[in-house]
Amino acid sequence: MAVRKPPITTREYWAPGHAACAGCGPAIVMKLATKAFSEAMEEKYGDPNAFAIAHATGCMEVVSAVFPYTAWKAPWVHVAFENAAAVASGIEAAWKKLGRKGKILAIGGDGGTADIGLQALSGMLERRHNVVYLMYDNEAYMNTGIQRSSSTPYGAWTTTSPPGKYSIGEDKPKKWVALIAAAHQVPYVATASIGDPYDFYRKMKKAASVDGPAFVQVLAPCVPGWRIPPEKTIEVAKLAIETGLWPLFEIENGDFHNIKFQRFPKDGKFKRPIEDYLKLQGRFKHLFKRPEAIQELKNQIKELWRILGKEVELP
Amino acid sequence: MPMRKVMKGNEAAAWAAKLARPKVVAAFPITPSTLVPEKISEFVANGEMDAEFIKVESEHSAISACVGASAAGVRTFTATASQGLALMHEILFIAAGMRLPIVMAIGNRALSAPINIWNDWQDTISERDTGWLQFYAENNQEALDLILIAFKVAEDERVLLPAMVGFDAFILTHTVEPVEIPDQEVVDEFLGEYVPKHAYLDPARPITQGSLGFPAHYMEARYKVWEAMENAREVIKEVFDEFEKKFGRRYHMIEEYRTDDAEIILLTMGSLAGTLKEFVDKKREEGVKIGAAKMTVYRPFPIEELKALAKKTKVLAILEKDVSFGIGGAVFTDASRVLVNEKEKPILLDFIVGLGGRDVTFGQLEEVVEISKKALEGEKVEEVHWIGLRKEIL
Repeated sequence: MAVRKPPITTREYWAPGHAACAGCGPAIVMKLATKAFSEAMEEKYGDPNAFAIAHATGCMEVVSAVFPYTAWKAPWVHVAFENAAAVASGIEAAWKKLGRKGKILAIGGDGGTADIGLQALSGMLERRHNVVYLMYDNEAYMNTGIQRSSSTPYGAWTTTSPPGKYSIGEDKPKKWVALIAAAHQVPYVATASIGDPYDFYRKMKKAASVDGPAFVQVLAPCVPGWRIPPEKTIEVAKLAIETGLWPLFEIENGDFHNIKFQRFPKDGKFKRPIEDYLKLQGRFKHLFKRPEAIQELKNQIKELWRILGKEVELP
Repeated sequence: MPMRKVMKGNEAAAWAAKLARPKVVAAFPITPSTLVPEKISEFVANGEMDAEFIKVESEHSAISACVGASAAGVRTFTATASQGLALMHEILFIAAGMRLPIVMAIGNRALSAPINIWNDWQDTISERDTGWLQFYAENNQEALDLILIAFKVAEDERVLLPAMVGFDAFILTHTVEPVEIPDQEVVDEFLGEYVPKHAYLDPARPITQGSLGFPAHYMEARYKVWEAMENAREVIKEVFDEFEKKFGRRYHMIEEYRTDDAEIILLTMGSLAGTLKEFVDKKREEGVKIGAAKMTVYRPFPIEELKALAKKTKVLAILEKDVSFGIGGAVFTDASRVLVNEKEKPILLDFIVGLGGRDVTFGQLEEVVEISKKALEGEKVEEVHWIGLRKEIL
């Protein structure tokens, strides 16, 4: 089936000159997310610039806002690691009183969202602020040099989950923040991957278009953290979808009985084995000497799909 | 015409917030300040106050939301105390570093452990190095007035720093006193509308706020906070003058009471000043040359005023409801820095009193005077004293 490709605006809010690594996945997220946001704002309010960004501390904040430079062509503020959602709540409230039309975009990595920022995120969602929270998931604390977060997948090497005689690497299943967000019964929650930029773009646009809070969790490979060559970022992100490891879905108003899936094989059989995804990445290299760990990862993913209401086969 | 109402300190703070017309208030309930957000909720619910009130899930988010709102360019208010203020700690530095004139009311309360809801100043004192202006109220009227003053000073372009106004837990927060509520028009005239020139998240003129500062710039940014705090000294005095003209009540960096021929001056902050004034009257009747002084502004520290006060006395006894373990009280250590290079200086003594809501009694003050007299007569005494300790349970 041909994927319908929506047009992507030529407007740029993420300017060249930022200091991200070559092949940086999250940098692609910044670029696409703001473009999508702008398009949604244009359609909704007639003003493509009708948004502001609250950014959590992390890679993308650090590489984009080194005083006296900035990579941002939108109003942008960074306060701390754990509070992007709370800061965005404040901005939204201020805009309401200023009579300013538009929406606030809060951005955090997996550390700033799944771990230290989870409470602020929950508060923002529960209070129904008109904010889109974008979690760029590179599956570890990459800003501080590759330490595990609660969003690090099972089996992955990080500097704080090293494989060794008594360890297979990260030994806990990944925390799926999108499901936690959906439990708040907010208008819109989605997962995405930069491996399918059009899907991500559409979802960001939709998130920006709904009235009230929305949450998008996007997979964004980290070149140094995942031990991949810079040119493989997109390929890896695509494989995450194609192997069934990264479900793409949308949950509206917390309705877990009507989850919409994207790129899901009709027969529930994923054609490419997870090993194809794992073998491209240095962070999973050690697993190939421990096939039982790969099997455990597969079991966890099948269980995740089961929770989402799908029986799947992973080759 | 100004209206007089009998009210609790918390209500006075909420009234001040109402009069200042902040556009965003974000707060989380905490004893003893809970009534502040409650009262503000009521004002908003009744349409008497046109603010967005964000019912946040923690104090950390309260101050974060205030930073967001202030960065978006609106007047912003919050209230907290004790553990709540401690939970905000990280963001307090950021609010000051980003030069956001947020105003916060604080029902001064002790910090854990042991958990204790009663009054001392350890909460705000622990935040003295965050870059926030600090005011301490003696009574409920001062709580109201100082919040208005705090907005005016904080928003002055020479300052642009956040400000906290402390008023003692229960002694003021929960005690009713007559308070004069100024006319809204006069407050409007006094404060004006807040129009930021440095912080706004406006799509029409996008700016980046909260950047990463490399070693090449960080120190200069911190120096600007220092400079702003220095500027605040003059601005506060100007605002005190203007406040007196508009509202008829006079404030001083340090207010003196019967200090002119004093040999011993008791210096304190907050509601304890009221007790000291009465005590001084009593001792004067007994012929003891004693005076009292109240520090209304603790940050910026009133350096010149303290030097002037010190010239008047032989013993400067500082009474404070806080402690910096391993050195002494905060006011005492600050005062020591101010006087260290003065040629003539009084004997400086520190009295740690009233922690965790313990009453500061005349009996304890007698003890302070006894120790001060010994020092005056040339006897060697310790510099730091804990007064009112129950030695039998130690």
